[in-house]
Amino acid sequence: MWIKLVGSVRCRSNGGAHNCRGYWQLVFGFGARGDSPQMPSHPHLATSEWTLDYPPFFAWFEYILSHVAKYFDQEMLNVRNLNYSSSRTLLFQRFSVIFMDVLFVYAVHECCKCIDGKKVGKELTEKPKFILSVLLLWNFGLLIVDHIHFQYNGFLFGLMLLSIARLFQKRHMEGAFLFAVLLHFKHIYLYVAPAYGVYLLRSYCFTANKPDGSIRWNSFSFVRVISLGLVVFLVSALSLGPFLALNQLPQVFSRLFPFKRGLCHAYWAPNFWALYNALDKVLSVIGLKLKFLDPNNIPKASMTSGLVQQFQHTVLPSVTPLATLICTLIAILPSIFCLWFKPQGPRGFLRCLTLCALSSFMFGWHVHEKAILLAVLPMSLLSVQKAGDASIFLILTTTGHYSLFPLLFTAPELPIKILLMLLFTIYSISSLKTLFRKEKPLFNWMETFYLLGLGPLEVCCEFVFPFTSWKVKYPFLPLLLTSVYCAVGITYAWFKLYVSVLIDPPVGKTKKQ
Amino acid sequence: MEKWYLMTIVVLIGLTVRWTVSLNSYSGAGKPPMFGDYEAQRHWQEITFNLPVKQWYFNSSDNNLQYWGLDYPPLTAYHSLLCAYVAKFINPDWIALHTSRGYESQAHKLFMRTTVLIADLLIYIPAVVLYCCCLKDISTKKKIANALCILLYPGLILIDYGHFQYNSVSLGFALWGVLGVSCDWDLLGSLAFCLAINYKQMELYHSLPFFCFLLGKCFKKGLKGKGFVLLVKLACTVVASFVLCWLPFFTEREQTLQVLRRLFPVDRGLFEDKVANIWCSFNVFLKIRDILPRHIQLIMSFCFTFLSLLPACIKLILQPSSKGFKFTLVSCALSFFLFSFQVHEKSILLVSLPVCLVLSEIPFMSTWFLLVSTFSLLPLLLKDELLMPSVVTTMAFFIACVTSFSIFEKTSEEELRLKSFSISVRKYLPCFTFLSRMIQYLFLISVITMVLLTLMTVTLDPPQKLPDLFSVLVCFVSCLNFLFFLVYFNIIIMWDSKSGRNQKKIT
Repeated sequence: MWIKLVGSVRCRSNGGAHNCRGYWQLVFGFGARGDSPQMPSHPHLATSEWTLDYPPFFAWFEYILSHVAKYFDQEMLNVRNLNYSSSRTLLFQRFSVIFMDVLFVYAVHECCKCIDGKKVGKELTEKPKFILSVLLLWNFGLLIVDHIHFQYNGFLFGLMLLSIARLFQKRHMEGAFLFAVLLHFKHIYLYVAPAYGVYLLRSYCFTANKPDGSIRWNSFSFVRVISLGLVVFLVSALSLGPFLALNQLPQVFSRLFPFKRGLCHAYWAPNFWALYNALDKVLSVIGLKLKFLDPNNIPKASMTSGLVQQFQHTVLPSVTPLATLICTLIAILPSIFCLWFKPQGPRGFLRCLTLCALSSFMFGWHVHEKAILLAVLPMSLLSVQKAGDASIFLILTTTGHYSLFPLLFTAPELPIKILLMLLFTIYSISSLKTLFRKEKPLFNWMETFYLLGLGPLEVCCEFVFPFTSWKVKYPFLPLLLTSVYCAVGITYAWFKLYVSVLIDPPVGKTKKQ
Repeated sequence: MEKWYLMTIVVLIGLTVRWTVSLNSYSGAGKPPMFGDYEAQRHWQEITFNLPVKQWYFNSSDNNLQYWGLDYPPLTAYHSLLCAYVAKFINPDWIALHTSRGYESQAHKLFMRTTVLIADLLIYIPAVVLYCCCLKDISTKKKIANALCILLYPGLILIDYGHFQYNSVSLGFALWGVLGVSCDWDLLGSLAFCLAINYKQMELYHSLPFFCFLLGKCFKKGLKGKGFVLLVKLACTVVASFVLCWLPFFTEREQTLQVLRRLFPVDRGLFEDKVANIWCSFNVFLKIRDILPRHIQLIMSFCFTFLSLLPACIKLILQPSSKGFKFTLVSCALSFFLFSFQVHEKSILLVSLPVCLVLSEIPFMSTWFLLVSTFSLLPLLLKDELLMPSVVTTMAFFIACVTSFSIFEKTSEEELRLKSFSISVRKYLPCFTFLSRMIQYLFLISVITMVLLTLMTVTLDPPQKLPDLFSVLVCFVSCLNFLFFLVYFNIIIMWDSKSGRNQKKIT
């Protein structure tokens, strides 16, 4: 196990060893000069393009980092030094990510303990625990996003995986506490909060079930509910308390939930709205050609020309934030009902969690393509235990990772992303195929064809397209194609997972999880 | 089926490590007026593209030999010409005569790094994969682990993808040669090896074992029959390949002589810069470079080199075997490195390649040697600002070797192939039972010294009076290690057959 640990650290530091352009988390000099924390709404501070938009715990984390940073390079802590970069800054930032990843490695270790190797393979590389740890530690998406694109997702996903592992190990209070802390680090985890809430309520607060698996109302435990509530309340108080006292809560929330940004981001995340936008574009082009639409009514700026602002659809009805919220809720509800009425223990919770994350990804407002990792990582735990889950996982992860390609667009990064993607894809497909070789093949011909189609797509978008004349006329075409192609795959995986959750028979009392 | 996907993963890992190292700095980056090896390679593309063949090796107003004149055999020149054609297609400014001197840009760096990667992918990596697949008597998993360790060897990656050179081409050809000759495709093997020599003349370090092995094979087949036919065929192949490569330079005697003068600069002295060989280490105590006249130095190094490699080569002629061939490659190359004339520190790669080939036979000693060889390159790597990649790749390599071969469990006398040697010694010294433990202690001391020296070199400043203190210390320590390995490998070669003949069949 420690070999994989050091191996993954080596991989990460190798990734950090080169000078890639990082997107900076601007480390505000919170308290570096002994001031009390101030939100960047202060009128005297010019807002940069990268102001703080994560919950308070993350701000405190950056505050602690800034104290360490001053030993590396004082200049990077000057608020006016926007876009400051030096080799020492780079070194510090990279090493801080690697250091925080220790939590992620620990979480993976705990998750592997929850997996039982149903058949003990002859050798190490065939055991489910080994495959799971490689799939998590060497996850292409996480490597790219954290160590090249630059974020701190490693330790946040570590917190999430650790809370899942605790729930598997029946240590519910710790799991709830960890998740509450996680929420206050990055609010994107609100996507999966319903799954936690319902599972804890159903399987922890109701301490026993009737013989046929349905709820036994009189086994409700007030103590447990109160203690859970207390934990969540204390964590929230610790995080939001100071801002409540300073009367800055509205400002905090407006930074956390920026609805002024458009439905999609400059590069469309491969979700349902990407397909919706694409359909809208196609219809408008057809409409123009067939003279159904008046060219003067079309807004000048197209949705794909790069900036994040609000735009209107031309043919199909426009989408408001409320509409996306309703769609997301409708999409989540069946899985929540399943979790409530057919509880299958921690595995059922994990499937519901994945579905919540995926549904929110599919229908959310201004979703970033990195959010696919929220669904991919928990699903890795499911994939090493059942063949059906393995095949869904592979489709999801391959298309999800491919959709992250546009995040790295410089020429030196091109071989790295292709090599790492090939490495992860080949390893995941072949190891899961070997693990489940006694069951039916993982992919049917249609899925194989689709996955193989990613190769030519990449060649077209990155190698052929820049040399054609379309590059000037339709510069957004590769992004659009990538987004739509991946959206098809992700939608298919979502649908298949939903079907498998809904038609799974409820577990009887004899089956142990 | 399973084997191919694992091998693909290993190759992909190797490629990923190579490319991430290549994103670092290169030799002479941003250091006018001379820059470094990177600029040399770019300059050769400029020269070979713009000037006619007759002028490539001559000093002229267009071709100033003092500024990185061509000093490798013609195949390097042809390779540079090929790259120059591609460069012309992308951006002619990169190779414009005179004006492109010191050209540095991100796009150009990407281009140069890509040429190294392509050359590696076409020549060296397939040779490694094929070699590991052809290994006998080990399991599939071990073969793949072997390939992983060879591909992760830090020295070659750092020099080729960091410092910037094309060693993978010449080493790759040499490896094809070893493969061919070991699998009894002698003609193809010798053709490949001739190509290697014609790419970099340092491959001559490997030429004696090739010669002795093939000669031994001819003798075994009988000089009156098949052996003689083989000998003639080999001679023809070698001559033909040399003629083909040197064709443009054989037209005039002066051309040939000038090329030879550029390839073997005997005027430059016993050694240049700091290198981990005997002469440089000896120079610390007694300045032989300044005391002795040039021709005496030449004769002295010649004698020492040949005396040290003679026993192994004679043994190889008398008993040619594939295993003996590989070990003789190691010991010959090491002898040349330690005692020869005008050795550069990068020539340690010529010893590392054969050691990589015997990784599966003596994993503990090979890993130790490969770590020391990377360490001996430290001063060069620090000059190129490659500290972080070198530390990371060394650790990765070490971990790969430890897990693949469980090297720390293979330190018994039998595993180290020293059993017959220690039995012979015990005839005279019955108490000689501590060999294996002694070697383990030596390994520990060696590693601790290397780590300490690395830390000292990186963190401390040398004293004013001795500005080269740390590089000299690094060279000295590496040299001591190499001497130990020379003795060890020679012992294995000389004592191996005695047990071989009695117990196992000769492979």
